[in-house]
Amino acid sequence: MREDLTKAKEIVEAYECDPSNLIAIMQEIQAEYKYLSEEALTLVAEELGISTARVYSVATFYENFSLEAKGRHIIKVCAGTACHVRKSQPIYDAIHDYLALTGKRKTSADGLFTLETVACLGACGLAPVMTIDGEVHAKMTPETALALLEDIRNKEAV
Amino acid sequence: MRNIQTKLNRDSFHVFQANAKNALKQSGQVPSVLICAGTGCIAGGAMKIYEVLKEECEQRGLRVYVGLKHDTDEEKSLHVKMSGCHGFCEMGPLVHIEPMGVMYIHVKPEDCHEILERTVLGGEIIDRLVYHLDGVAYPHQADIPFYKRQHRVVLENCGSSDAEDIEEYVAKGGYAAFEKALFEMTGEEICKTITDSGLRGRGGGGFPAGRKWEGARKQQTEQKYIVCNGDEGDPGAFMDRSIMEGNPHSVLEGMMIAGLAVGSDTGYIYVRAEYPLAVTRLKAAIAKAEAYGLLGEHIMGTDFSFRIHVNRGAGAFVCGEGSALTASIEGKRGMPRVKPPRTIEHGLWASPTVLNNVETFANVPLIIRNGVEWYRSIGTKTSPGTKAFALTGNVVNTGLIEVPMGTTIREVVFDIGGGIRDGKKFKAVQIGGPSGGATTASQEHLDLPLDFDSLKSIGAMIGSGGLVVMDEDTCMVETARFFMEFTQKESCGKCVPCREGTKRMLEILDRIIANQGTLEDLDLLEELADTISSTALCGLGQSACKPVQSTLKYFRDEYLRHVVDHHCPICNKEKPHPTIEADKCKGCGKCRKNCPMEAISGTVKQPHTIDPDKCVNCGACVSICPFGAITASKEG
Repeated sequence: MREDLTKAKEIVEAYECDPSNLIAIMQEIQAEYKYLSEEALTLVAEELGISTARVYSVATFYENFSLEAKGRHIIKVCAGTACHVRKSQPIYDAIHDYLALTGKRKTSADGLFTLETVACLGACGLAPVMTIDGEVHAKMTPETALALLEDIRNKEAV
Repeated sequence: MRNIQTKLNRDSFHVFQANAKNALKQSGQVPSVLICAGTGCIAGGAMKIYEVLKEECEQRGLRVYVGLKHDTDEEKSLHVKMSGCHGFCEMGPLVHIEPMGVMYIHVKPEDCHEILERTVLGGEIIDRLVYHLDGVAYPHQADIPFYKRQHRVVLENCGSSDAEDIEEYVAKGGYAAFEKALFEMTGEEICKTITDSGLRGRGGGGFPAGRKWEGARKQQTEQKYIVCNGDEGDPGAFMDRSIMEGNPHSVLEGMMIAGLAVGSDTGYIYVRAEYPLAVTRLKAAIAKAEAYGLLGEHIMGTDFSFRIHVNRGAGAFVCGEGSALTASIEGKRGMPRVKPPRTIEHGLWASPTVLNNVETFANVPLIIRNGVEWYRSIGTKTSPGTKAFALTGNVVNTGLIEVPMGTTIREVVFDIGGGIRDGKKFKAVQIGGPSGGATTASQEHLDLPLDFDSLKSIGAMIGSGGLVVMDEDTCMVETARFFMEFTQKESCGKCVPCREGTKRMLEILDRIIANQGTLEDLDLLEELADTISSTALCGLGQSACKPVQSTLKYFRDEYLRHVVDHHCPICNKEKPHPTIEADKCKGCGKCRKNCPMEAISGTVKQPHTIDPDKCVNCGACVSICPFGAITASKEG
């Protein structure tokens, strides 16, 4: 299936095809398409008049860019220092088990959830925290975290 | 935009300022409800509280003001405002009621009705929502020990102003410093004032800001840049986030003054990706400043033009390093380069660049406005001014604090922080995040003043200002491993010492945590740490080993528990020891005779047992058993 890249092209043009805006352009494309496909990256390189190697090198350097399609809901467990000393690892482990993730896989088999960590959201007073689709959930425990996911799963099933 | 036909010039700015001050005074006649809209409180439901409060007011026919009050109507009215971070994040969502000075904690939407009815209109205090400590109620913010010991200068407006209201900022003295610098001072004079004030970079290094500015000013290049580092990557620190969210105009004003000082017309603010609210607030502040003609072409009718762009990071810790940050703004991989040439000579787009962090810029307008004498009266001789810290971890009151430089760790952890949670014992404070070191519970360390120079003497650094407090249940080896894992993951990969060295160090630490390390591993760690510190390319690589070095120095006994005893009482809750399978044991007694701890007992030809309290998990019995009846502990 070929992706519709009209939007991506509009984004590049909105930045006046200036290579110095490469990061901002890819951020917007990712916000639109949820990830950076090979086609999208090739288009960016062509439009900006730079090599695909350079686009790829920047896309792979930064943590926030994803070259793979992600799940419908993105879970980010904070792994910052404050959350770590208030036991965030058991939360991550519990979700990891709940989603039956193995090896390097970050997305659940049903494509519903992607589990990631983030190095500090700056909400340390509420540690441990996690976000689901950008919404911050404070003072989590493995149990409350799983309950949130269960809720989403039930809603999606309807 | 109110009464804005044309862009402000100096005279109309004065009129605007006078009107704003007047309106602020009038606003003081009306009760206001301030809802903390920092990331922490929003996560706790602050937006919902704001909505409910507004709705409640409408139902009562109360007039709600957005922005300052310009009319002199006597009718019943009040302000409902969203402010920046109040700092007391642990207790959020926070609601503040003026002019009573009352602060309510853990407010829920269903409390709004009562707050309005009883407190705002009735002048009564609701005990249930008041902060209590040791049985004492503290209804007024100023009396709460957490605030009482602080000295809020940079953060002063963060919790009391509407972050998005430029008029309120001006009413409280905002942009007056810029106006003074624009019309009354030369670039040289501005640099001299900053130098004389002794302002040092708040991002970690503590380099004198005035010297940096003067260096950039002297460069004979047409194009120069001002860059604000808002890539607060140190996990466990959020001072800069709170300033950008709570008082964005102070950052803009500081950058504009820097622009005047060195002769630059363009500024960039690089904000890390995890701070979307800061980006929104900064962009809104820039748009407002532009609308008033405080930013843009020919500011206040002069020849000075200045534009500020906001760049969003994409998740790379290394971009907090100056040359990596400028590379990232240019749309490249954020990798540091070899210095010299320094950033002031060869920075963004290879032009002279002044790069300071958010808190540093936010200090600048205060210095210009209140003078060098005032600034020097706060803090210590070599580190004047205040410093914002993010106090987090196992401490009772987590949150954002601001204290004069030179305040001791004891005052911060125990007087402001309220000591350790759940009555546990204090063990350590990690200062400066992954680039800093740990301090111990020793008297000497507790009385150490927090400033740029004192901390260096014990191998720590003030860093950007993250203070993570750890209790007795925290294993320091595990903490060191945590930071090493972080720096290893964030290593950009450009130089070998950092890329390979941190990886090897992490492997060794993993081995030690699994109780499989040896004493030689500790020497190897030290050797690697020394090598990386002296050969890594950038500051982040050079300081990547600090947590390991300082824990090896001050918490060596915890390493020894892992490598000698093969057992850490914190990491391994259950004491590991081998077990004897009764059906395989023939009762030969070989293990009993060979156990150095006399932990095995049993009679001949009967199955033996191991006493877990005596066993040190040496494994001698496992290898000596001729029947394979003894299995080693899983953790050992």
